[in-house]
Amino acid sequence: MELRQSSLSSRNLLVPLGSVVLALLVGAVFVLIAGENPITAYRVLFVESFGSVRSIATTLQRATPLIFTGLGVAFAFRCGLFNIGAEGQLYVGAIVAAIIGVSFGDLPRVIHLPMAVAGGMAAGGIWAAVPGILKAKLGVHEVINTIMMNFVAYYLTDFLVTGPFHGGRWAPETDRVFPTAALERIFLPTRLNSGIILAVVAIAVVYVILWKTKTGYEIRAVGFNPGAAEYGGISVARNMVLAMVISGAVASLAGVEQVLGVHGRFIQRFSPDLGFMGIAVALLGKNHPVGVFFAAVLFGALRTGGAAMDRLTDVPRELIVIIQAMIIMFVAADELIRRLFARRGKA
Amino acid sequence: MRRVEKTRVTALQRREARVRRRCSRPQAARPKHLHTFGESAVENILELSHITKRFPGVIANDDISLGIRRGEIHALVGENGSGKSTLMSIVYGLYRADTGEISFKGAPVQIGEPRTAIELGLGMVFQHFMLVDTLTVAENVILHAEPHSWGFVDYKRAVKAVEELATAYGLRVDARARVADISVGQEQRVEILKALYRQAEVLILDEPTAVLTPQETEELFQVMNNLREQGTTIVFITHKIKEVLAISDRVSVLRRGKLVGTRNTAETGQRELAEMMVGREVLLRVKKEPAKPAETVASVAGLQVRDRRGMPAVKDVSLEVRRGEVLGIAGVEGNGQQELVEAITGLTAPEEGLVLLHGKPIQGLSPMKIKRRGVSYIPEDRHKRGLILEYSVADNLILGLHSDPPFVERYLFRNDRQIKAHAARLVESYDVRPPNPDQIIRTLSGGNQQKVVVAREFSRDPEFLVCSQPTRGLDIGAIEFIHQEIIRQRDQGTGVLLVSAELDEILSLSDRIAVMFDGRIVAVLTIEEADEQRLGYLMLGGDPQQATGELESGVTAK
Ligand SMILES: Nc1ncnc2c1ncn2[C@@H]1O[C@H](COP(=O)(O)OP(=O)(O)OP(=O)(O)O)[C@@H](O)[C@H]1O
Ligand SMILES: [Mg+2]
Repeated sequence: MELRQSSLSSRNLLVPLGSVVLALLVGAVFVLIAGENPITAYRVLFVESFGSVRSIATTLQRATPLIFTGLGVAFAFRCGLFNIGAEGQLYVGAIVAAIIGVSFGDLPRVIHLPMAVAGGMAAGGIWAAVPGILKAKLGVHEVINTIMMNFVAYYLTDFLVTGPFHGGRWAPETDRVFPTAALERIFLPTRLNSGIILAVVAIAVVYVILWKTKTGYEIRAVGFNPGAAEYGGISVARNMVLAMVISGAVASLAGVEQVLGVHGRFIQRFSPDLGFMGIAVALLGKNHPVGVFFAAVLFGALRTGGAAMDRLTDVPRELIVIIQAMIIMFVAADELIRRLFARRGKA
Repeated sequence: MRRVEKTRVTALQRREARVRRRCSRPQAARPKHLHTFGESAVENILELSHITKRFPGVIANDDISLGIRRGEIHALVGENGSGKSTLMSIVYGLYRADTGEISFKGAPVQIGEPRTAIELGLGMVFQHFMLVDTLTVAENVILHAEPHSWGFVDYKRAVKAVEELATAYGLRVDARARVADISVGQEQRVEILKALYRQAEVLILDEPTAVLTPQETEELFQVMNNLREQGTTIVFITHKIKEVLAISDRVSVLRRGKLVGTRNTAETGQRELAEMMVGREVLLRVKKEPAKPAETVASVAGLQVRDRRGMPAVKDVSLEVRRGEVLGIAGVEGNGQQELVEAITGLTAPEEGLVLLHGKPIQGLSPMKIKRRGVSYIPEDRHKRGLILEYSVADNLILGLHSDPPFVERYLFRNDRQIKAHAARLVESYDVRPPNPDQIIRTLSGGNQQKVVVAREFSRDPEFLVCSQPTRGLDIGAIEFIHQEIIRQRDQGTGVLLVSAELDEILSLSDRIAVMFDGRIVAVLTIEEADEQRLGYLMLGGDPQQATGELESGVTAK
C-alpha cells in the first residue's frame, strides 16, 4: 500500500530487481524439468559469468553492444518514441564502419578509427532519421517504419557485402579492416575491446544530454507531454527527429563495435538480434543510462554463463532465453500496473 | 508498515454487500428497504475519527474527525492543498491514513483499496476522469461489474440498465455514445452513473463544478437534488462559496490539514466561510483604480480560425487591447475563445486575418517567437498545456524560458544554479506550497500547480498577457491573489486579454468586455455598460440591440 506513494527511486529499483528474481525462480522450475538441481545450474551460471577476471571480461564484451542498443532505444523512449529499428541501424552503422575500415589504409590511426566510428554513427543516425521525419511530418507511426527500415538494412547490407565490398574469401564478408581502424583488444584472450570504453563514454554523454542540456529538457518534455512542450515553445517535430537521430547513432555503435572490435570485418547477418535485445535492455534499465548499463551486463552475463551451463550441466542454453523473456514480461507487467495506478490521479 | 487487515471487511458487511448486489444489480432504483426512513435523521452514515495523514514534508490531514449524515449534501471546502482530496482518497481507499478510524453505518471499517469502498457503497468522482475513451458510455458504466449471461457480457441489458438509471436521476446522456465523442459535462455524468450503478450510497464529488459551464453546473445541482431526495448522501468538494450556499445542507472547512469547523449552511454566509477558509478576511471584490489605457499593444483583425475538426471556430474577429487595460472575453465555453487564444499565441495558425503586436504582424510565427516578443499566456488547461506533470516545480517554472539565458550557458547546458534560484524566488513570492522547487509537480494540489503556471508567465514581465481561465480550480485566497496580480500587471502597463467562463471574474477584472458567441464578437461593452443579465443575454446569442433596450428598462442587479 504505502509503496504507492513512497519515493520513486526505491520503486524504480524494486521492479527490475524483483523481475530478475522472479524470472530466475521461474527458470528454476524449468531446470528441475530438465532434471538438474537449480542451485547447481545457477552456480555454474554465476561462476562462469562473474567468477573470474576473465569471465567478467567476457561478460563485459557480451554486454558492450547491448549497452549501445539499449541506450539508443532508451533515448528514443525518453522522447516518447519506440525505436525498434536498432537492428537495422546497427547494420548500416556496421557496414559503413567496415567500408571505411577496409579503405584508407594509409591514414594514421588517430584519423582512421574516429572516421570509421563517426561514419557508422552518421549512417545509423540517418537511418533512424527517416522514420523520425515520417513521424514528425506525417504522423506515421515510428514502430512501423523502424521495422521496415530494418528489412531495408538487411537487404542493403546483404547486397553490399556479397557485391561491391565482398572480401577475398569465399564467405559473405568483407576483408579485414586495417589495424588503424580497429578497436584494440584490451583483455586477451577474450574479445573485450576498447568498445567498452566507448560504451561508458556513451552512457555519460547520453546522461548529460538528457539531464544537463536544454536539448534533453526539450526532448523529455516532448516525451512526457507534447501539448505542453508545444505551448512552451518547443518544436515537437524537430525534437522527435533529433531524438531519433541520436538514438540511431548510438544504437549503430553496436554494429561498429562488432565490426571494428570483435569480428574485424563485416559478416553478413552477424547480429544475434542485438538491436531487439536492446529493447529489453532499455525496458529493464528503466530507460536510464545507468540502468541500461546494469541491464546490459546482466544480459551479457546470462549469455556468457548460459553457454557454460549448456556445456557443463544438463540444462540447455535455451533456458537463458526463457529467463530473458520472463524478465521482460515481469518488467512489462509492472508498466501496466503502474499505468493503471497513474490513471487514478488526484484532483 | 504492513498491516494484515489491509482489505478486510467484516463478514457482516460483505454479506450485506452481496445481498445488495444480488437484489438489484442491473436495476435503476435502489431497493427501498435499504433506506430505512424510520432511522433518526441525524444518524451519521460515515464517520471519520482522528484521521491523520502525512506526506514527506507536509501533514495533509491532521487529526480530522468528521461525521457525514445520511442523506445530506455535505460541502467540503478549504484552500488549495488543505487536504480535501487526500481526506476523501482515504475514505475511498486510495490512500491509507497513518492513524485514525473510519466507521460506515456505525461499524468500524478498514478500507484498504477502492474495491472495498465500492463494496461498502461508496462512490467517488475525481476531478480528472478515468473513463475509457474508446468504449461507449454504457460499457464504461458497467466496466468491472458487467451483467452477463453464459459468460458473455450482456450489452443490451447494460444499455437498458444505464438508461433506466440515467432517467431515474435526470442524468442526460446517450448510453450508446462513445466517450471520446461526449463533452466534459457528460463525462462527469458517466462517472456519476458508474458510481450509482455500483449502488453507491455515499457519493464523493471532488470539485465537480470546476470543469463545468454555469449551465452544466445548474444541471448537476438538479441531479444532486434528485439524488438527495432518493436518499443518497453526497460529499461535495468545491472552491465556490456560492455553490456551497446554493446546494449543501452542511459545510465543513479545512485549513492546512486541520478541520476548522462544520456549520449548518443555513446559519452561515459568504463572509464567515471565506474567513474560516483563509484564516483572515478576504476581499471578495478586487480593489482597483479605473484603467488608464494607453496605445494599442495587440490587436487582431479579420481573424478566421478553424478548430481541430476543420470547422470554422473563429469567424472574422477584430479586437484590440491597449496598454494598461484588461479586455475581458465573456462567452459560454466552446464559442471559439480557445481557438482565438491559440491563434494569438501561435499554437494554431489562423486561416485568415492579422494578429498584430505593436503594429507588427505575428500570426503564423512559432509560439517561441511570439513568447520572445513579450507575450505571456496562461492556458486554460494546465495539465494538457501548461505543465509537464513529471517535471519538478523548478523545471516547470522555466518552460518556455528554458532556452534563454540565464538558464542556458555555453549555448547548450542548463544552468542549474540559476534555475534553482529562479524557482526559489517564484515559489516564495507566489506562496507555492509546499515551497520545494524539487518536488514533482504532479504531487502538488491543483491550486498550487496553477500558481506555478501563473508565476512563470508573470515573471516574464510581458507586454501582452493572455489569460484563459486563470483561476480555475483555485481557492478564494489564491483567486484574490491572482486577481490582484493581473491588475498589478495592468497598472504596470501590460495589455491583458482575459478569457473566462466565470462572469464574476470578467466583471470584476475587465475594463472593457467583448462578448463572444458562435465564433463572433457580438458586442463590446465598457465595464459601466455591462452587468450579469446583459452579458448572459448576449452570451446566449441575444440580439445586441435588444440588450440595450432591456438595460434601459431597468435592470436592478449590481
Ligand atoms: N502523493 C503525494 N505526495 C506528496 N504530497 C502530497 C501527495 N498528495 C498530496 N500531497 C500534499 O498534501 C497536501 C494536501 O493535498 P490535497 O490534494 O489533499 O489538497 P486539496 O485540498 O485537495 O487541494 P486542491 O483544492 O488544490 O485540490 C498538499 O500539500 C499536497 O502537496
Ligand atoms: Mg483537490
